[in-house]
Amino acid sequence: MTLTPKTTSRPKVAVYKFSSCDGCQLSLLNLEDELLDLADAVDIAYFLEATRAVKPGPYDVALVEGSVTTPHEIERIRQVREEARFVIALGTCATSGGIQALRNFANAEEYARTVYEHPNFLEYLNTASPISETIKVDLEIWGCPVNKYQVLECIAALLQNRRPNLPQYSVCLECKRNGTVCVLVSQGIPCLGPVVQAGCGAICPANGRGCYGCFGPWSQGNFDSFVPTLVEAERYPGETALLLHNFNANANAFRKAADAARKASKKEA
Amino acid sequence: MLDTTLNLGSRVVLPKPEFDLLLADLRQSGYQTVGPRLQDESIVYSGIDSLADLPRGVTTEQAPGKFRLMRTDRERYFDFIPGAQSWKQFLFPPRLKLFSASKEKRWELDRSDDACPRYALVGVRGCELAAIEIQDKAFLRDDFEDPTYRARREGLFIIAINCLQPAGTCFCASLGTGPRVERNFDLCLTELDDAFLVEIGSDLGRSLMAGRNFELASAFVQNTADQALARAAGQMGRTLDTSDLPDLLTHSANLDARHWDEVARRCLSCGNCTQVCPTCFCWDVTDTVNLTATTTVRERVWDSCFNPYFSYQAGGNTRPTIRSRYRQWLSHKFGTWVQQYGSLGCTGCGRCITWCPAGIDHVAEIAALREEVKE
Repeated sequence: MTLTPKTTSRPKVAVYKFSSCDGCQLSLLNLEDELLDLADAVDIAYFLEATRAVKPGPYDVALVEGSVTTPHEIERIRQVREEARFVIALGTCATSGGIQALRNFANAEEYARTVYEHPNFLEYLNTASPISETIKVDLEIWGCPVNKYQVLECIAALLQNRRPNLPQYSVCLECKRNGTVCVLVSQGIPCLGPVVQAGCGAICPANGRGCYGCFGPWSQGNFDSFVPTLVEAERYPGETALLLHNFNANANAFRKAADAARKASKKEA
Repeated sequence: MLDTTLNLGSRVVLPKPEFDLLLADLRQSGYQTVGPRLQDESIVYSGIDSLADLPRGVTTEQAPGKFRLMRTDRERYFDFIPGAQSWKQFLFPPRLKLFSASKEKRWELDRSDDACPRYALVGVRGCELAAIEIQDKAFLRDDFEDPTYRARREGLFIIAINCLQPAGTCFCASLGTGPRVERNFDLCLTELDDAFLVEIGSDLGRSLMAGRNFELASAFVQNTADQALARAAGQMGRTLDTSDLPDLLTHSANLDARHWDEVARRCLSCGNCTQVCPTCFCWDVTDTVNLTATTTVRERVWDSCFNPYFSYQAGGNTRPTIRSRYRQWLSHKFGTWVQQYGSLGCTGCGRCITWCPAGIDHVAEIAALREEVKE
């Protein structure tokens, strides 16, 4: 992932919102100490959450938050792809569908009827899907919300024509480096750490709770082995499936593991 | 105080309140006193001021994938077996800044190692001391030594403790590293009800004890301590047969054993075993560059051979499967380590078994491998 050959000295960056809570865009704005440097290094050409000043495309980099949930968003994301050299999917909604992808496991129409008095005014898709399902994505930054320093690292890497330094290991390594006591081994608290991608800094176990996988499945995660362990540690029937059926419910590995956990848990109960 | 000459190897009885004065003296001479503390339903190693900071009246139940604190009916300070943390975090910190560099007109390098205190370690077990000796071989080689490790290692004051209550995952007796601490300490304690039996292990230890309110250890007290230690040696939770090691793991015919596939099905490749292992020494080096490429920080961080990118090199990963990574780890610890460093890479502390989320028991895996290749 590099910007070579460089076309401009200050790459034009656009930040888009799709179906999401805005938390990942806020993480960008939360880069308080680095924001001025960032605004110097890149030309923030489109970022409605930060400024209504808009420069027209094309852009060098598009940071896309949110998932695709309406027919209109399909059109919009295609437009984004056409106008940007690099598309970075930002956060769990954009990388796996997000919490709104729970509709993929239910009947969206029924949800709409329950929530809205006149659902016939709504135009929506039956599923919430990651950006990569509609267009080609050049880089995915996972997390709910993203780790703002990972975003910064990716932008720095683009500017410096190098690969970004993103961890390739499980959350367990972050816990151990932090000196955090394993909540699963010492307290029997179900924790997804061994099968989840690191990058968050292992915040949850440091606060006495299990990882719920907001950074998504680790590419090497051995779910077949770990699901039975989690089911055995359940404090109530179905806990493992619920743990997996969360912000990353729509991620393939979690989806499969949740099915397996549901079956195993029923057997236990 | 008795008019007694203390020699290396002398054993004396030190009342427990006196031990706090000893810790205070160590701090006075510039040491950071670190030892076991209760934290988050487990035991960690961090700063301690006095015995009151220690996990008193606590023992531990340990099994594959399981660690639990339990109350005991006696008010002793060292009846537990340690948690996941080991002393390696002080000598080989999980994250260590190697240098930073910044550029104004030209690049300036800052190599200051600002966090290098002198530690006094309180409560080092036999297995843990043996692990430090093993890491010494890795970091303080004849042809190369690691300056950051050397700086931390040289300043060390070691107060060892003889283990009297081994846990279910302990097997130091199989490897000859415990429960009795034999060497390389400044002072070694055996805990009695109201006092510690203290053995002098170095000149530094001797001068720290001189002038303290100790008593000579009677034959009865020494016998009591020795019997308790002998009992502990017989209470190991596990036994590792080392008679055919390292050959069992290095013999090429055994590299294709079916048992490796069997373990690979259970292994999560999460790396926990390597992080809690007091002898594992692998690290990665990362550079963090700012947006404008005017500052960079180089850090050394703990790595693990279970990480998929650990053995990534031009053209791909030489150990792409969990099977290949688990086999590499086990056959290094119990096999090729011997060629490399002259001993096994395991000291029988049992951490890798207790803290494996999948509950993989390496002692049992070695036994299973042995059974299979015997056929």
